[in-house]
Amino acid sequence: MKLDAKIPEGPLAEKWTKHKFNLKLVNPANKRKYDIIVVGTGLAGASAAASLAELGYNVKAFTFHDSPRRAHSIAAQGGINAAKNYQNDGDSVYRLFYDTVKGGDYRAREGNVYRLAEVSVNIIDQCVAQGVPFAREYGGLLANRSFGGAQVSRTFYARGQTGQQLLLGAYSAMSRQVANGKIKLYTRTEMLDLVMVDGRARGIITRNLITGQIEKHSGHAVLLCTGGYGNVFYLSTNAMGCNVTAAWRAHKKGAFFGNPCFTQIHPTCIPVSGEYQSKLTLMSESLRNDGRVWVPKKAGDTRKPEDIPEAERDYFLERRYPSFGNLVPRDVASRNAKYVCDEGRGVGNTKMAVYLDFADAIKRDSEKVISAKYGNLFDMYEKITGENPYKTPMRIYPAVHYTMGGLWVDYNLMTTIPGCYALGEANFSDHGANRLGASALMQGLADGYFVIPYTIGDYLATLPAAKVDTTHAAFTEAEKAVIDSIKRLLSINGTKTVDQFHKELGKIMWDYCGMSRHAEGLKGAKAKIRALKEEFWQNVKVLGVNEELNQTLEKASRVADFIELGELMVEDALQRNESCGGHFREEFQTEDGEAKRDDANYAYVAAWEYKGYNQPEELHKEDLIFENVKLTQRSYK
Amino acid sequence: MKLTLKIWRQKHANDKGKLVDYNVDINPEMSFLEMLDDLNEKLAERGEEPIAFDHDCREGICGTCNLYINGRPHGPIRTTTCQLHMRHFHEGESIVIEPWRARSFPVVKDLIVDRSAFDRIVQAGGYISVNTGSAPDANEIPIPKQIADEAFNSAACIACGACVAACKNASAMLFVGAQISKFALVPQGKAEKKIRAEKMVAQMDAEGFGACTNTGACSAECPVEISMTNIARLNREYIGAKLTSDNV
Repeated sequence: MKLDAKIPEGPLAEKWTKHKFNLKLVNPANKRKYDIIVVGTGLAGASAAASLAELGYNVKAFTFHDSPRRAHSIAAQGGINAAKNYQNDGDSVYRLFYDTVKGGDYRAREGNVYRLAEVSVNIIDQCVAQGVPFAREYGGLLANRSFGGAQVSRTFYARGQTGQQLLLGAYSAMSRQVANGKIKLYTRTEMLDLVMVDGRARGIITRNLITGQIEKHSGHAVLLCTGGYGNVFYLSTNAMGCNVTAAWRAHKKGAFFGNPCFTQIHPTCIPVSGEYQSKLTLMSESLRNDGRVWVPKKAGDTRKPEDIPEAERDYFLERRYPSFGNLVPRDVASRNAKYVCDEGRGVGNTKMAVYLDFADAIKRDSEKVISAKYGNLFDMYEKITGENPYKTPMRIYPAVHYTMGGLWVDYNLMTTIPGCYALGEANFSDHGANRLGASALMQGLADGYFVIPYTIGDYLATLPAAKVDTTHAAFTEAEKAVIDSIKRLLSINGTKTVDQFHKELGKIMWDYCGMSRHAEGLKGAKAKIRALKEEFWQNVKVLGVNEELNQTLEKASRVADFIELGELMVEDALQRNESCGGHFREEFQTEDGEAKRDDANYAYVAAWEYKGYNQPEELHKEDLIFENVKLTQRSYK
Repeated sequence: MKLTLKIWRQKHANDKGKLVDYNVDINPEMSFLEMLDDLNEKLAERGEEPIAFDHDCREGICGTCNLYINGRPHGPIRTTTCQLHMRHFHEGESIVIEPWRARSFPVVKDLIVDRSAFDRIVQAGGYISVNTGSAPDANEIPIPKQIADEAFNSAACIACGACVAACKNASAMLFVGAQISKFALVPQGKAEKKIRAEKMVAQMDAEGFGACTNTGACSAECPVEISMTNIARLNREYIGAKLTSDNV
C-alpha cells in the first residue's frame, strides 16, 4: 500500500484555502442523515463534537470518564500558541510554522504545520467568544508571554490552568449541543473495538463501565480523539486513566501507527520518591526562567545543598550551553539531567534528581517577586514533597509527558481506514520528533474546531446516507471478539496483579526506550516485552466479573494493549538509526554529545501496519518533503 | 506507619453498604490515593475484591477524586483528595473513608458516586451560544483585567462536588453560582444572562439538591477556594431574571 498524505499542491500559504474550496460539501439538509461517532472528549473530541453538531450532523460522543470535563487536557498548565502578533514583536503565521517545524527537528509535514499556524488565530477568537478567561492587561486586551524559549510572545494563557479553561470552553459548547439533542453523550463508556463494514469504519463496540454491558454503535464515520499513550511507561505525567486502547484496537483493524517511538520527556517534574509512586507531577517549565539547575561536582556527595559551596557545584546546563543555559529545549535539558545522575551525581534519597535552585533569583528579585511569578508552583511542590522551595532547592527529574507519535493520518486527518479519523494527541501529525511548549492545546483545538468540520464533508459526500444496522454480521463478530477477550482475561486467574505487569513494562520502556536508547538495549527490551506478553496472558489476576463496575478489568485490557504497543515502540526506535528530537540513539551523536540527525536516510514518517498477533509489523515510509524550510542542525551552545 | 481504615463498601447502587475495617502499614510519604492503591494491591493478592474509587489526573485539577475523609470532603487540609499526603495523619490513627453523601449523587459502588447531575445543570444553560467560526477578533472586546480575573476565579471550579458533600442540605448553590458567575461577569455572557440563571436554577432544583442557608461550609471546604460571592451573585442574577422575564 502506497501512503498518500494528500497534501494539496501549490504554494504553502495557499494550500489550505485551496483545499477547503476543493473539498466536497454535504448539503445542510443532508447533514442530519449522517451519524458521527466521536471517541474521547478532551480538547480535540469536545471541540469536534460541538462543531460537527453545530453543522447539523448527529454526534454520538463517548468518554470513559464520568463527565466530558475530566479529560486530561484539563491538566495542561502553560498556554496555547497563536500567531496573532498582538505584541508587535515580529510574529507571523510563517514564523510559528517555522518554529514548529524546526522545534520538531524536521520530522513533521510542512503542509500540516502551516495549516496549524494559520488556524491558530481563529482558535483564540473562538475561545474568547465562548468566555474563556484568558489573562489580560490592565487595558483589557489579551496578555501574552514567551514560552519554552520562543523568541516572540505568542502564548495565551489562563494562569497556570490554560488547559482547564480551554476544555471548559469546548465542554460548554458541547453541552449546548447535548441540550439541543444533536449530541448524544455516553459517559463511563469505553470503546473496545472498531467495526469495519466493506473496508470502511462504520461503528464501534463499547463497554458500559458501570453495568459491563457490551454495546454496538453504528455511524458513518468514527473520530478517535483519545489522547496519547505516555502511560506505556507506567509512570508519566498523564492521568491514571490515559490509555492507548481505542487507537490500538483501530491499529489492529488496519490503521497505521505513525512514529510510535517519538515520546517527549519533560525536564521539570517532581522526582519519583518510592516504589509505591503512582504518577508523576509536572511543574511548568517556566520555572527554568529563574531557577538554576545543578548537581554536586563529585559523585556520592551526601551533604545538604546549602552545605555545598559554590565552587563544588556543577551548573551543568549553563556550563554546556552557555548561550541558552537553563533554557535549552526539553529534550536537551532532560537528557543532561539523566547523564549527571548516571554519573552518580544525582541528589535526594533516590539519587535520581537534580536541583532547581531559586536562591540567586530570590537574592536578586526578592522572595515577593518570585512568589508572584511561581507561588502556585512552589505551593504545589511543598504539598507533594513537604519541602519549602523558598528555603531549599527543588529537586526535579524528567518524566514522560507527551507522545508525538500516534495513528498515521493524511492531510484530512483520516487514518488508513476510510471513515476513521484521528485528532489531537491521538494522531502523529504536527509535532515531528519533539513538541514545543504550548503547541498541544493549539493542535487539539485546531483539529476539532477548524479542520475536521471541513474535511469530514469530503468523505461523507461520497458515502450513501443509508445506515448500517447493528445487527450486521460485522457488528456481531466484533462484539463476540470483545466478549471473548474479556472472558479470557477473567478466566486466567493467575498470581500477578495487573499493576505488577504494568510496572514491569514501564521499567523496560523507561530503561531501554526512554530518554536515550541504543540498539543492544532495544533488542533486549524486545525479548523482555515478548516474554512479558506471554506471561501476562498466562498469569494475570483479574478478579470479579464483567457485569459490574470492575476497575481491575478495565485496567487489564488497557495494559494488554500497552504491552503490544511497547513492542512496536521498541521496533520503531530500533529502525530509526539517527537521533532526532525526543528520540536519542546513543550510537548517533556528534562529538560533543548532541543529537545527530540523518536527513538523507531518515527524513520520513514511519507508519506501521499490523500483521497479526506476534507477527512483525510492516514498515511503510512517507517521505517528508521540505520545500520551504532549510534543514539545519539544532544548536543551543 | 500503622493505621486502621474504615472504608465504605457497597456492591452496587441498591446494596445497603457498610463500613469495613482494614489495617494497613504504610510509608508516610505516600499520597492518600497511593495508600489505597497499595491496599488494593494487597487485597488483589489475597483474592479479595479491590475497593472502587474515582480518581484520574492526581494533580488536583480534573475533579474526579472525591473521598469523604473523617467527616470532611477531601480530608483534613484544604485540597483535593489526590493532593493529600499521609504525613498529615499520625501513627495509629483510625481514618473513616466514605463516598460523598447527597441524594443527587447516588452511590454507584463503594466510594464512587454519580455526579452527572452537574453535567445536566451545565447543559441547561452553562454556555455562551456561539457557533464555531462566528467569533469576532479576540481583542475586539476589551475586558478589564480585574473583571477577567474575577471571572477566572469562578471558572476555576473543578466540579468535584465537595461543596455539595460539605453542605448539611446537600445544596449545589456554590457550584451553580460559579458556573453562572463566570459568564455573567464578562461581556460575551451578558446576552443570555437571564435565561441562563433561570434554566440552570430550574435544573438544579429538578436534580433534587437542597436549599442554601448561607452557612458557608461549601466554600470553606472547596479545594479551589470558590468564594461565597458566587452564591450572592447567583441570587442576584436569578432574582433579577425572575423579576423581568417569563422564560421559564
